[in-house]
Amino acid sequence: MPVGDLAPELAVLVTAVLVLLLAMFIPQRRHGLCAALALAGLAVAALIAVAQFDAHRLTFSGTFALDAATGAARVMILTVTALCVLLSPGWFASDRRHGEVYAMLLFSTLGAMAMAGAADLMQLVIGLLLSSITSYVLAAYHRDWSISVEAGMKYFLIGALANALMVIGVVLVLGMTGSTGYAGLKGAALTDALALVGLMLVLIGLLFKLGAMPAHTWVPDVAEGAPAPAAAFLTTVPKIPAALALIRLVALFPPEGALRLLIALIAAATMTLGNLAALWQDDVRRLIGWSSVSQAGYALMAVAVVGLSGEALPALIVFIGAYALATLTAFAVVTHLRGRTGLGDYAGLLRQQPLAASALIIAFLSLVGIPPLVGFLGKFALFLAAIEGGFAWLALLAVANSVLSLFYYARVIAPMIFQPAADAPETLDRHSKAVMVVAAAALVLLPVVGGLIWPALPVGLLP
Amino acid sequence: MLSLSILIPLIGALALAAMPAMPEATARRIAIGVAAIPLALLLIVWAGFRPGAGFQWVEEMPWMPGLGIAWRLGVDGLSLSLTLMSALLFLAAIAWPMAPLPRARSYYAWFLFLMSVSLGLFLALDLVIFYVFFDLGLVGMYFLIGRWGHGEAERAALKFFIYTLAGSLLILIGIIVLALSMPVLSFDMRAVIAAAPLDGTGLTAVLVLLAFVIGFGIKTPLFPFHTWLPPAHVNAPGPVSAILAGVLLKMGTYGLIRLAMQMMPATFADWAMPIAVVAVISILWGAIVALGQSDLKRRIAYTSVNHMGYTVLGIAVAGSALGSEAARAMALTGAVVEMIAHGLITGALFLIAGAFWQRAEEYEMDSYGGLARLAPRLTGATVLASFASLGLPGLAGFVAELHIFLGAFAVYPWLAAVGLIGLLITAALFLDILRRVFFGDLPKARESFTDLTQTEIGILAGLLALVVLIGVWPGWLLGLIGAASLLPMAG
Repeated sequence: MPVGDLAPELAVLVTAVLVLLLAMFIPQRRHGLCAALALAGLAVAALIAVAQFDAHRLTFSGTFALDAATGAARVMILTVTALCVLLSPGWFASDRRHGEVYAMLLFSTLGAMAMAGAADLMQLVIGLLLSSITSYVLAAYHRDWSISVEAGMKYFLIGALANALMVIGVVLVLGMTGSTGYAGLKGAALTDALALVGLMLVLIGLLFKLGAMPAHTWVPDVAEGAPAPAAAFLTTVPKIPAALALIRLVALFPPEGALRLLIALIAAATMTLGNLAALWQDDVRRLIGWSSVSQAGYALMAVAVVGLSGEALPALIVFIGAYALATLTAFAVVTHLRGRTGLGDYAGLLRQQPLAASALIIAFLSLVGIPPLVGFLGKFALFLAAIEGGFAWLALLAVANSVLSLFYYARVIAPMIFQPAADAPETLDRHSKAVMVVAAAALVLLPVVGGLIWPALPVGLLP
Repeated sequence: MLSLSILIPLIGALALAAMPAMPEATARRIAIGVAAIPLALLLIVWAGFRPGAGFQWVEEMPWMPGLGIAWRLGVDGLSLSLTLMSALLFLAAIAWPMAPLPRARSYYAWFLFLMSVSLGLFLALDLVIFYVFFDLGLVGMYFLIGRWGHGEAERAALKFFIYTLAGSLLILIGIIVLALSMPVLSFDMRAVIAAAPLDGTGLTAVLVLLAFVIGFGIKTPLFPFHTWLPPAHVNAPGPVSAILAGVLLKMGTYGLIRLAMQMMPATFADWAMPIAVVAVISILWGAIVALGQSDLKRRIAYTSVNHMGYTVLGIAVAGSALGSEAARAMALTGAVVEMIAHGLITGALFLIAGAFWQRAEEYEMDSYGGLARLAPRLTGATVLASFASLGLPGLAGFVAELHIFLGAFAVYPWLAAVGLIGLLITAALFLDILRRVFFGDLPKARESFTDLTQTEIGILAGLLALVVLIGVWPGWLLGLIGAASLLPMAG
């Protein structure tokens, strides 16, 4: 068996186990060591992933696609996870189960990586379940805080339903087509009603992970209730493989069918609903949560045109990466401000915490898609792909939604700049500050080297 | 050379933003010094410029080759004259004394940032780079209005941002469709102009043209998309208004010429008539509504709608493919001169309005009166700028309007005749300003009103001297613009 093909995943798995063991044996005040160990493991995994970037083959009996798309997803997942790990030591320092956080994060990362490369529905389910179950734990990590528990509960209930439906879907597809491997499914005519229902159920499971309609309702609650570093993780990392898994699955079916239109309609509904709901939020974390729902809708634009536009896959990867980085920046600011969440508490922040306020402004402007931030490149590529793929109406709707989104981002930005300060904010530690600054700087600087990144992006998918 | 004139103000802005606290005067001195460099560089470019010979001083550096996007800069007569005017106006606005100015360091940093992106927009020869600068201009303006404005500044800034972002995203869609319809995906403006890929493709071309006209019409601003303009102007500080009117509005008309007219000439020609009608409505609407304002700045703001209406009328005539080529070239010349003249004149007028605010915090014209004796220098500058704005012969506005209307009469005589009414109303409203503010009785509250300082009069004199120069000897500017070479090939 080509075990080496999965070396990045194995590195994460081994690190997770070691972190768990370490957390059991060292006193709680030393649990920061677990963070260091986790970072080291993630770095090793990332190095191997980069080394395997150019591979292009199915491995493990055709269940895992080792291609450039997997490579890009691995690098993004590992990078974002590492930044989330850095956010955590200060936040969880007083938590009795501090060290286990990192084990949980790593297991969840492993699930995400397994999803990203899945070329078989069963493998996809396993990755998704591993990612989901660990996510519920992370969301409800502050078990003495009712909002956190509520968020975890809601996440779990919706997730359990979506996951169960997905398993049923896989069974139906297997029963009707005789295959769960993508190589076997490719080009299969899903004329049978049961097989179609199965495919829809699988899609619902993935839409749940992506935080898109109709399984999006957990996102704002998790954004509000989960510990801030966990919220940063949960609203970014699982979405990367979810988007990739969706595009892999949709790409199996010929572009003529109604599937693309269905995805486009879901995209339209998701981005519009997310934006409209975000307009009324007076809680910055819920606002970021709803904005992340609407961003999931944008990501689906690329999924809708796969096979119709050559830019669909690169657009999706650039967009989802830009989204993850910007949302992570926003949550890093929230974390750095010790989880302050009320809209009014952000008044005058620019004068008191110029770095934090600037980082949040950059993150929001990137989410709007203001050039030359990374978010602009993502949206630009999405529009390009959507128009090329014949979904110009979707691009226009996305334009309208971008304008709409500026309203609620400005509801946070404007008071930060223009209003007098309320009270002196308390901040976390230098780690959270570093994450905030590094992520915001990346949003500004990555487009400068965009010309180097773009050609390296994958254009084709396995199988 | 061109890249430097974009990068130097940008670096200056970053440096100012990063430096520790400093006295206001120091920040101002640094900003003036930095802002003077691009102007000097552009004068050198001008010295080596051959009019009518297409794009020159081209600089190219790959950015995203897979998508046909690159850092491409270059100038022709249109962009060079606009960048020269913009650089000069920025220097004037930055040098305009603003004491007392809170947070001076970031004020000047944002100003330099805005200067950098404005020059970049006119110099860009790549559609994506053009779009990047277009949007960055919004961000810079948003902060300048919101932080240093007065009254309902925050609201006005947001309205400005949202309106123009909506327009700019429409433009982005149009740009993408244009680039996708090229034989090879490319955002190179020269290639797109040469290929005019969308011409004669029916509905798609019409929709893209519509996106451009609406998007740039919002920025220009063209009736009925002008409603963001008055609040933005009234609540912004004087120099910011000067830049908003003098430079940022030109981005709209520049885009109309460059993208709508030059890149899709046949479609533009089909729709030139409706565009001209909208322009005439803008002319009349702007003039009539301006006449109804009692707020000095609001009145000047609405005259911008009127003047940009002339410009758009000129552009519509130029792109109409009707009449003789000479008439169309004349209209286009007029449109570009109007852009330059409006930048200088309205820039000066808004700086003057800023002077009023700094002295009395009041724009209501009826609270002034009889200032002619108290402030002769202010009176002189205002009279000169007003006469230039209403199109008195011998001043820049006249040259522009004469060309536009001569061209328009050859193509759309009825529209031109209706548009002329706008000229009459403008004359009335400016004379009304002069009468109400400078003549009559001096109200008690204004007895301590001071005249313009040496610095202020120096800056205004510089701008207005150019207005006179263009008025009495327009030849150099007309030659520089070379409008005939900007016209799309007839056919």
